[in-house]
Amino acid sequence: MSYRELTADRVRAGDALPELAVDVTATTVVLGAMASRDWRPMHHDKDFAVKRNGVRDIFLNTPNQAAWFERYLTDWTGPTGRLGRIQFRMKDSVFPGDRMVFSGVVESVATDDVGCAWVDVSVRLRVGERPMTECSARIAIPAAAGDNPWRRKAADWKP
Amino acid sequence: MSDLPAEVQAWIGQKRYEQVGEFDVERGYVFTTCASVENGNPIFWDEKAAREITGGWIAPPTMLSVWFRPHYWAPNRSQQAQPLQVHFDLKQALGLPEAIMTDNTIVFGEPVRPGDRLATWQVLRSVSEMKQTKLGRGRFWVIDVEYVNQRSEFVGRETYTGLGYRRHA
Repeated sequence: MSYRELTADRVRAGDALPELAVDVTATTVVLGAMASRDWRPMHHDKDFAVKRNGVRDIFLNTPNQAAWFERYLTDWTGPTGRLGRIQFRMKDSVFPGDRMVFSGVVESVATDDVGCAWVDVSVRLRVGERPMTECSARIAIPAAAGDNPWRRKAADWKP
Repeated sequence: MSDLPAEVQAWIGQKRYEQVGEFDVERGYVFTTCASVENGNPIFWDEKAAREITGGWIAPPTMLSVWFRPHYWAPNRSQQAQPLQVHFDLKQALGLPEAIMTDNTIVFGEPVRPGDRLATWQVLRSVSEMKQTKLGRGRFWVIDVEYVNQRSEFVGRETYTGLGYRRHA
């Protein structure tokens, strides 16, 4: 099986990641909640979400947003990309009917003191022009062909 | 001078709700999670790729919390168990009936593999003063959730910022 393998020598600060657009349905929200074993009703019961949470519909849950960010980032790096850290702030909720669009920009590329190549990426999830979630991620990628961040353990892994 | 109840102040910095997962890490949920976000990463689907790249099957790193969310129902349980119990304790202790998560930071350590049985605990880091927000009046709090595997290796840490609030009248 062949797969994409992004190496650090091919990445520069300012590089833009390809956008990803996803039309969110009630199934997207419920499947994401169930996959993350999140049974709270605001992620599957519209009446509850509207009457108790004061929002317009059920909405994507936090762990599923993390899974979307992971997928977006590793689509770009290929499977040798290894997440070290991810941070995101949800400014507003994502509802069925929304078309969410992920975009990203490389903030920096650096090699740490144990030789691991790291890319810092800022990612935005927006609906229309509205930013819904801002994310910053630190992902290790091979420094060059033949390297593999997944082989790093213990003191050689400094996320 | 903090206006926090003494009970809540005492929780800050305290290691609470240490537990071992109710079930082993397993591939069924890995597939469901990948399907939910259309993640075709071959390390979750292709055995040869998994063997070559990650030394065998692993779970998506962002699934850390999945392994500790309690079953919706279980025999001999009189009330529904809650994940992130400190969050619900805070809602109760501070009289804030509604809550949402606003920020989430996850740091990833050793890969999590099918068959692993993880352990976790929660630490309340801080609670803000009362603030006015667009959802209502309430407080922000920060909770760390630490995860280790059966060899006591660090596999990750989640830091959640929650907002507990009372809706505008």
